[in-house]
Amino acid sequence: MSTTAFVGQSVKRLEDPDLLRGRGRFIDDLRLPEMIEVAFVRSPFAHALIGGIDVAEALQVPGVLGVYTAADLPAGMHGKRILLQVPNPAITHPLTQEPLASREVCFAGEAVAVVVADNRHAAEDGAERVVVDWQPLGAVAHCEGALAPSAPLAHQDSGDNIAGRLALGFGDVDAAFKDAAHVIEGRFTPHRGTGHPMETRGVVAQYDHIGEALRIWTSTQTPHNTQRGVVDMFDMPEDKVRVITPDVGGGFGPKNQVYPEEMVVPALAMMLGRPVKWIEDRREHFLTTTQERDQVWTLTAAVDGDGKLLGLKGLLIHDAGAYLPWGIIMPYISASTVPGPYVIPAYHLDVTVAFTNMVPTTPLRGAGRPQAVFVMERMMDLIGHELGLDAAEVRRRNFIPADQMPYDMGLTYRDGAPVIYDTGDYPEAQRQALAKAGYDDFAERQQAALADGRYIGIGIGNYVEGTGLGPFEGATIRVLSNGRVAIYSGATPAGQAHHTTLAQICADELGIDVADVDVVLGDTGVMPRGAGTFASRITVTAGSSVRLASAQVRQKLLALSAAKFEVDAESLEVAGGEVRITGAQGDSVSFAELARMTSGMPGYVLPAGVAPDLEASAYFTPPQATYSNGSHVAEVEVDAETGLVTILNYVVVHDCGNVINPMLVDGQVQGGVAHGIGNALLERMVYDEDANPLTTTFADYLMPTAELVPDCHIVHMESPTPLNPLGAKGAGEGGTIPAPAAIIAAVENALAPFGVGITECPILPERIVQLIAEGEDR
Amino acid sequence: MSDDSRPGREISLTVNGEGYSARTEDRFSLADFLRQGLGLTGTHLGCEHGVCGACTVLVDGHAVRGCLMLAVQAAGTEVVTIEGLADADGNLNTLQQAFMEHHGLQCGFCTPGILMTLTAYRRDCPDATEADVRQALSGNICRCTGYETIVRAALAAWREMGAR
Repeated sequence: MSTTAFVGQSVKRLEDPDLLRGRGRFIDDLRLPEMIEVAFVRSPFAHALIGGIDVAEALQVPGVLGVYTAADLPAGMHGKRILLQVPNPAITHPLTQEPLASREVCFAGEAVAVVVADNRHAAEDGAERVVVDWQPLGAVAHCEGALAPSAPLAHQDSGDNIAGRLALGFGDVDAAFKDAAHVIEGRFTPHRGTGHPMETRGVVAQYDHIGEALRIWTSTQTPHNTQRGVVDMFDMPEDKVRVITPDVGGGFGPKNQVYPEEMVVPALAMMLGRPVKWIEDRREHFLTTTQERDQVWTLTAAVDGDGKLLGLKGLLIHDAGAYLPWGIIMPYISASTVPGPYVIPAYHLDVTVAFTNMVPTTPLRGAGRPQAVFVMERMMDLIGHELGLDAAEVRRRNFIPADQMPYDMGLTYRDGAPVIYDTGDYPEAQRQALAKAGYDDFAERQQAALADGRYIGIGIGNYVEGTGLGPFEGATIRVLSNGRVAIYSGATPAGQAHHTTLAQICADELGIDVADVDVVLGDTGVMPRGAGTFASRITVTAGSSVRLASAQVRQKLLALSAAKFEVDAESLEVAGGEVRITGAQGDSVSFAELARMTSGMPGYVLPAGVAPDLEASAYFTPPQATYSNGSHVAEVEVDAETGLVTILNYVVVHDCGNVINPMLVDGQVQGGVAHGIGNALLERMVYDEDANPLTTTFADYLMPTAELVPDCHIVHMESPTPLNPLGAKGAGEGGTIPAPAAIIAAVENALAPFGVGITECPILPERIVQLIAEGEDR
Repeated sequence: MSDDSRPGREISLTVNGEGYSARTEDRFSLADFLRQGLGLTGTHLGCEHGVCGACTVLVDGHAVRGCLMLAVQAAGTEVVTIEGLADADGNLNTLQQAFMEHHGLQCGFCTPGILMTLTAYRRDCPDATEADVRQALSGNICRCTGYETIVRAALAAWREMGAR
């Protein structure tokens, strides 16, 4: 029996007071006695063999304490690669990185040596003086080119550049095309960028030679993955490897990986007997932190005379980058996200995952979905053009009707469960978005603008997103002897305010104030099992676990109090941090007193039949993903001379089931849209034909700023899911997923007078100008 | 913090009203010096090439990129960092309170720089409009919030301060 004093309310964040005072503790703020710092020597070539490494000159640099190559690392690490996190039978070459490359480097930025010094400045001085005999090899700079027979090999010994192949689909595609009134083709090329949290990565490690134990602090979304990686690399038992996350300054997906530095820094701490620190700089972030979104899609749609989809087929080439730290899950997610909110009787997609000599790709906010939504929504617009139907109308004719929920898509999701949309009303989401955006009279606005020589356009992006991925994220709830209640969980925040959300759920269940809850997250030493923060999963998984474990603790408090007062539990109530006998004059006992009774203190005798643990753990295991959905409408103005895009209006209809904290969900949506705006209009990680990265500063790779990002008008629909005790769905990525689709459709719509068609993402100003010129030439 | 064999010198400056004299390497940025030399880790480094604004501090009242100014250039100046915004008892100031009220931060890493930028801007432009505030913030990158709540917090703080 829970009350809802906090759940559903815009509770102010427990995280804020320290962060606002400059009292956050981020990875670079850690300073341990005797600590030394390192800098890495990284490849300037996208693909090369290492002929030799001369460290003599580096060792002469003042402050440098040592230089280590792969051969100098402990013997147990030799020849070992980092644990592949998401294995899959479709992977043909399960290649991950070595902690330091020993023979061959496969992207510019891959580390081959590490310099240890008394501070970072000296370590960088040393790194500059390490001389490597590079023997450059041919490099693969694009995933489509990687598949050409004449392409260089991204890995010298791999035989080909294929990292994996898979196919997804349902229904009779051939029959669908045989009967089609219209067959419409499209080719689409979303491009890669990365997460760019404002805090880069970083690792600190300390080795306890007496306890033979490692303590590792790392700026990650997933300390348990790091622990699994370290345990595998060093062949140590889990209880000797404690991974702790300090405050994490943003993640967005790339911090969900296990990186070479998280192996090398602990190795050095063991070898040298001193704490070791490495902090990534922004250039290293551009060069080494995982990226995503390079894909090439060829899609063909079969459509009947009314604009209804009969079938969809095609080919997806996905850029894995140089390694597969996270397997090939993003193209799988892309492939299973394409159908989205639409009825498609038959679907088949062949997927080829290609190695290239660029930074490995792993999930980045949206994880394969922004591309899938981009291509599907572009196809919808193409169908509309072909049949002379309005963009909203062609979508309306194809929506899954609300009365068909739950809807079995006919696909298998990444978790192995069928794709069954649980709840949601997709036509209504679009209807509300269009109403809010003033869609009906947009044509008049557009005409009026055109008469003034202004080019404005409108675009729609609809999506369905699998969220709340399992297998679990557990929580332990414990009543402390000071009367406060502690939550322990593997759920590791990077700005999402897990502390606040989880405290809200616990506080309601136990009838206490959120301020009386201590939340300890992201420490493998206090929570031995966990997965981490990704896939918009924490509220669903950890939130549900907190609810279930708190309910168990409540029962224990009642049972203990009932025994103490010799009454039935039914005559007790839990409120205000105590258990009371119901009624005006009833006796009461505080949580603190109950915790002391059961703490093992001599002098307290436990009532018969009561176990001395005022704590409970739960590992909520969702039966399948729960599907969030939404509809975005963007209105933009394009300066046809400069190619600059201004977002005039942005509407989001967002359905993530029951909302635990509206303020936080709005924050996720607004921030997610900002990320999507970057993906649509600015963020393009550029490599030259030899796979050298060309955009390695924030002056070359532009991030969205306050002047570009508008105030999104957010409308909440709440379709609770029956799949978890909170009725909640994920909210962390939905802002980003359809934003490029909506914005680029709007840009194209604005440029209709020039006959411009846009099939790429992002679309930068110089490219817009080019497309206009090409359109005028035609 | 630094090896005396490397070029450096003793500098004196005032930080958050307190006088400091300390040795710094000549090549240390002001942000490095504040963080490593004085242990004031509230000033964050996001890019170290002067674009993201996370390291913004006030030097003699001006909002300055702590990564682009050398520590030795700050000798004799008065510096204010994020640690200097709350009052002596630790109470959040009006701007900080507005950030909490309006959800102006998520991960909080860029927040110190944004608060320092806005502190200088509010003093110079107490009548700023929303568009002005957005422009003033254009040198600070926030990846989490999408800026809207930051702008709202700033304008709310402006109103609150103006009412006094």
